[in-house]
Amino acid sequence: MQTLYDKLWDQHLVHTESNAPDSMALLYIDRHLVHEVTSPQAFESLKLAGRKPWRVNSILAVADHNVPTSGRDFGINDPVSRLQVDTLDKNCDELGITEFKMRDVRQGIVHVIGPEQGATLPGMTVVCGDSHTSTHGAFACLAFGIGTSEVEHVLATQCLLTSKSKTMRIAVEGKLGLGVTAKDIALAIIGRIGTAGGTGYAIEFTGDAIRSLSMEGRMTLCNMAIEAGARAGMIAVDDTTIEYIKGRPFAPQGGLWEQAVAYWRTLHSDTDAVFDKTVSLEAAGIRPQVTWGTSPEMVTTIDGCVPDPAGVTDQGKRQNIEQALKYMGLQPNTPIQSIALDKIFIGSCTNSRIEDLRAAAKVIKGRRVASTIKLALVVPGSGLVKQQAEQEGLDKIFTAAGFEWREPGCSMCLAMNDDRLSKGERCASTSNRNFEGRQGPGGRTHLVSPVMAAAAAVAGHFVDVNELDAPRMP
Amino acid sequence: MKHWSVPHSKYLIMDKFQIVTGIVVPLDRANVDTDAIIPKQFLKSIKRTGFGQNLFDEWRYLDHGEPGMDASQRQLNPDFVLNQPRYQSARILLARDNFGCGSSREHAPWALQDYGFKVIIAPSFADIFFNNCFKIGLLPIVLNGNILDQLFREVNETEGYTLTVDLQEQVLTTPAGERVEFSVDTFRKHCLLNGLDDIGLTLQHADKIREFEQKRRKQQPWLFV
Ligand code: SF4
Repeated sequence: MQTLYDKLWDQHLVHTESNAPDSMALLYIDRHLVHEVTSPQAFESLKLAGRKPWRVNSILAVADHNVPTSGRDFGINDPVSRLQVDTLDKNCDELGITEFKMRDVRQGIVHVIGPEQGATLPGMTVVCGDSHTSTHGAFACLAFGIGTSEVEHVLATQCLLTSKSKTMRIAVEGKLGLGVTAKDIALAIIGRIGTAGGTGYAIEFTGDAIRSLSMEGRMTLCNMAIEAGARAGMIAVDDTTIEYIKGRPFAPQGGLWEQAVAYWRTLHSDTDAVFDKTVSLEAAGIRPQVTWGTSPEMVTTIDGCVPDPAGVTDQGKRQNIEQALKYMGLQPNTPIQSIALDKIFIGSCTNSRIEDLRAAAKVIKGRRVASTIKLALVVPGSGLVKQQAEQEGLDKIFTAAGFEWREPGCSMCLAMNDDRLSKGERCASTSNRNFEGRQGPGGRTHLVSPVMAAAAAVAGHFVDVNELDAPRMP
Repeated sequence: MKHWSVPHSKYLIMDKFQIVTGIVVPLDRANVDTDAIIPKQFLKSIKRTGFGQNLFDEWRYLDHGEPGMDASQRQLNPDFVLNQPRYQSARILLARDNFGCGSSREHAPWALQDYGFKVIIAPSFADIFFNNCFKIGLLPIVLNGNILDQLFREVNETEGYTLTVDLQEQVLTTPAGERVEFSVDTFRKHCLLNGLDDIGLTLQHADKIREFEQKRRKQQPWLFV
């Protein structure tokens, strides 16, 4: 009786020297996603060693981290960023790799475009030189981030040299409350098990609260598995999965579709499968989450307060909290709802899909961004998400409220392009990391869901989206 | 590990990991993430080298660093542990839980190595970072919290404190002669000791990979269109 992880592992196992639990094994890779930041050195060494990619059509490339989100027609200003993007273009052209270039409408964040194109399919092993590759596990894939040496290894051999993880099941049962989203589930889990809680594990999310999530929500959740320390997060295939994939450009068609679906339906843990660890959460108990510190585990609910390190006995933990509060410029016991913001960022591979934008727009509609907010940004996850949103008129809702509506990319999630926080600025962000300096040197990040970011934009401070009483214009 | 253990000059790529004796520097902070190890503005480089001067950039310097700046002209943060005179030319980094969490950037181990580190010791590491270290010949060692507390104490108390790390024997030795054993995966140890290129080793299995691929093509043809 197998877990989903075991099934995926066995399906891809090419070679192993021993059956010892932690022994290294060669795992076949079906899909290799590539972006500009972690690939140039891999392509260079590959070339120096006189090697070629093993299977070019397994690779899909896109530039996302460095691309500007405005004024694209003028190209990339920063010469160093430009060189990195040009290098990717050149490598892909030379080797015949499919790449969505900056002006292609299909361009976007690598973890948004893979599923959007149907390039991520159930049962695949998916790798990318990017830790948030865990996102693709939403499709019952074994998907994880790898380093640049491993990017080169997969290019050259179509295999990854790795060892088996332990398995963890996180069951979320019941029904989510109003205004509570997949992002809140993810943050609540991380708050519970910690950022190292999943280290060494592959997590499978189960339970009716998970099954009732859309694919977008499932991607948000699996995306954050890495923030819980797990290399991979995954969710079993069901009708929602299959519905989402149907008709996408890279998805199988006709007879192959039927054949694929029959196989995909087997991609779930057997009922009596045994996990190394199980964690259970009640969906009804999850409140909208807001992080207050410099690690995603430093999180509380919208009704909560910033913690007081004085009450913490463990010296290491106390120091961590003190350091975080100093960096974040927060006083102990401050109610979360009284924290005022400077900037709002709706975007990133966690929360920039159409459903995220629809949810945020619903909160924003007919309202105005508070006058104290210096900048409120919406950065769609891909050109196609942007197009779809514009067809639905969401861009108008955002811009009428005072948001800026940008071109797709990673943007202020990590501030490698021009979108960033200045020193001391405080941001409600739908991204995944609140590390020191992540959104710009000295910038202060609070992670929230898209609806909570939208509500904060209107109120100027954090507020429970269900209690936002700002009037709407007709 | 019979198939993987054929040392052949063709597969030698990294420097062989020799016994390391070096100054130890204590970084007493949990959850040190890869953004802290090497901030993103330096990831724009398309090279593998030169990251050492920007290791821990935001903690190490008082001014904000950008690529292309001359590090010798920048103002060091005297409070940051790496800048203290007693820890200059350190080769071994002592760290706390969940070291290297965050992004998969190999630039983080590159920066540590480029700075001069050969060994990182912590009670736990993030998975991807841990993996990446081995790939470039940097040795991450997991030690339990109590021993680590002891090492932190000793380093703080003793100027010029060094450790000797013997990978072959899997043991570290303190200045007082105390021996602490550590574990390491057999295959990874073998690669480090011999400086082996695992791509070359994997390609020894090329036939097996091809065979696997053909079988897969038959069973799941939609993956190959
Ligand atoms: S959006 Fe952020 S987390 Fe996602 S791939 Fe881009 S930089 Fe990484």
